[in-house]
Amino acid sequence: MISIDCELAGVPLSNPILAASGTFGFGKPYADLYPLRKLGGIVSKGLTLSPRPGNIGTRLYETPSGIMNSVGLENPGIRAFLAQELPEMTSHETAVIVNLGGGTLREYVEGAELLTEASQALSASGKRAVDMIELNISCPNIKEGGLAFGIENEQAQEVVRAVRKATSLPLLVKLSPGAKDLKEMARMCEAEGADGLSLINTIQAMAIDIRKRQSVFDRAYAGLSGPAIKPIALRMVHQVARSVSIPVVGIGGISSAEDILEFIMAGATAVQIGTYNFINLRAGDTLAEELIQLMETEGIHSLDDIRGII
Amino acid sequence: MALVIHNVKLAPGIYRLTVQGSYPARMGQFFMLRCWDTYPVLSRPISVHDLTLDSISFLYRVQGTGTRLLSALQAGDRIQLEGPFGQAFPDPQGRTALVGGGIGIAPMLLAARGISSASVFLGYSGLPFGVDGFNEASHDVTVRSGGTIVDDIDPGRYDTIYACGPVAMMQSLAQKAEGSSAKLYVSIEKRMGCGIGACNSCTLTTAGTNRKVCTDGPVFPAREVNWNDLHRL
Ligand SMILES: Cc1cc2nc3c(=O)[nH]c(=O)nc-3n(C[C@H](O)[C@H](O)[C@H](O)COP(=O)(O)OP(=O)(O)OC[C@H]3O[C@@H](n4cnc5c(N)ncnc54)[C@H](O)[C@@H]3O)c2cc1C
Ligand SMILES: Cc1cc2nc3c(=O)[nH]c(=O)nc-3n(C[C@H](O)[C@H](O)[C@H](O)COP(=O)(O)O)c2cc1C
Repeated sequence: MISIDCELAGVPLSNPILAASGTFGFGKPYADLYPLRKLGGIVSKGLTLSPRPGNIGTRLYETPSGIMNSVGLENPGIRAFLAQELPEMTSHETAVIVNLGGGTLREYVEGAELLTEASQALSASGKRAVDMIELNISCPNIKEGGLAFGIENEQAQEVVRAVRKATSLPLLVKLSPGAKDLKEMARMCEAEGADGLSLINTIQAMAIDIRKRQSVFDRAYAGLSGPAIKPIALRMVHQVARSVSIPVVGIGGISSAEDILEFIMAGATAVQIGTYNFINLRAGDTLAEELIQLMETEGIHSLDDIRGII
Repeated sequence: MALVIHNVKLAPGIYRLTVQGSYPARMGQFFMLRCWDTYPVLSRPISVHDLTLDSISFLYRVQGTGTRLLSALQAGDRIQLEGPFGQAFPDPQGRTALVGGGIGIAPMLLAARGISSASVFLGYSGLPFGVDGFNEASHDVTVRSGGTIVDDIDPGRYDTIYACGPVAMMQSLAQKAEGSSAKLYVSIEKRMGCGIGACNSCTLTTAGTNRKVCTDGPVFPAREVNWNDLHRL
């Protein structure tokens, strides 16, 4: 019997396949298409303390085997999320991970506190609550002129330390592929008490409209995701998994059971599916079964047997 | 996966694709179409053109890679349809006009079939295409090649108007309908990621707030649309 259930940062998962932030809303859009308990968990759209309208202009552009997005963290704010989205999000018998963003240190901390309090209150009354926070440090730092927190180690450290203090929930830190020194960043997060790491977020990229002689995106750069980034993500997951002893969640272009096994062999404990949800709206319905079938074919009894073997 | 019944070229770059199956779609809704593996990454949103008990049709213009791949489909090929998605045109009240410009005639046939008393206005920059179905569905079809179809419409004569076409056409119709009693609804387009409201990519600013074209639209009351947001494309 092959089993693929696993544990991530103390949270039991029915399988290692999670839906990635920003590609899955709060779950509801996909719940009409298949039962979300087929996924190990769902990660919410990136949330900030205050609501954000997101970016103006083009938000999405297709590239060879990828897409670029400049959504700009459009979200209803944490309070509205707690009131209007969380009850439904926790109703699917799958782990609930909240992706937390912010423009300032204070916004991150207050957001984390609010999520933690609300979650504790729900748990205390026997209801399902937030299982984990995924800290998105790829947000632009308003004070530092918009450079993402996740680029420089010192700036990232401030956020991770403060959010770790603000929450007792299991904490994943989601790393940016733009980090100056990724391995150093990963070790720093571990030292600051992160329970796990997830990577990669989108890769900063650019597209130009030659007829308009303008960048396609109002903000010049946008984030690249999808199959095109998978080899880069795999290399980064491999590097990070060898640098820390906390679990690593692999993200980046994953589009098949084969891809999932590659990431596990590179050292990941779990994976997230992002852009592939757009390619196949029912991806989460079948991937876990496909993974089991592939393991059967490959003679793999447990993911533990192959994790990090490369 | 669904079976292609036929895929007919109606005019240069214009095709009608008919697929087997019974689909519960309403006028103005769309499907995400895909007849390729992982490249291009995104599926393509196409409005429902026509329905029978056991088939669904789409009318599309070859625009780039995705629609070119669609145009190569032949009877017996397989295609993936996800949908129907989006808000339909609301049920019409009173005298109704349906206005389609160019490929924007696509969603209007299903509307014409549902509202047999509607007046239909079809505008083309070149030779007309896809008119036959409209003549079956309505006794009052105005077809214009060249010029602007909006000149042929007196909004004051209608209570409800549905329009789909170039942004400039819909905007000038909206201006013309302003002050009349006609309620104008337009079907608009934005680049879509998922098509189901998950990715916040096809956002339209309407009356100051963000709306999702895929789930709040693609049909919107014209007075809510911020036309500048569409002209920027
Ligand atoms: C709700 C909805 C319903 C639609 N219904 C129909 C229909 O019934 N029939 C039909 O023919 N088409 C319809 N469309 C448009 C259709 O989806 C696009 O033409 C198609 O996705 C283009 O894909 P492609 O791969 O052929 O072209 P691409 O290669 O993707 O694009 C070709 C060129 O057009 C540009 N482009 C295309 N779309 C956009 C956009 N939205 N914003 C900015 N640039 C763009 C690209 O940048 C590129 O230069 C609909 C769109 C929506 C949102
Ligand atoms: C449209 C879109 C929106 C995204 N929004 C967020 C977000 O709010 N927070 C976040 O941490 N990552 C966000 N991401 C990044 C994804 O979660 C993921 O890290 C990235 O897309 C790489 O995985 P993929 O190639 O499987 O998509 C977004 C990605 C896309 C495509």
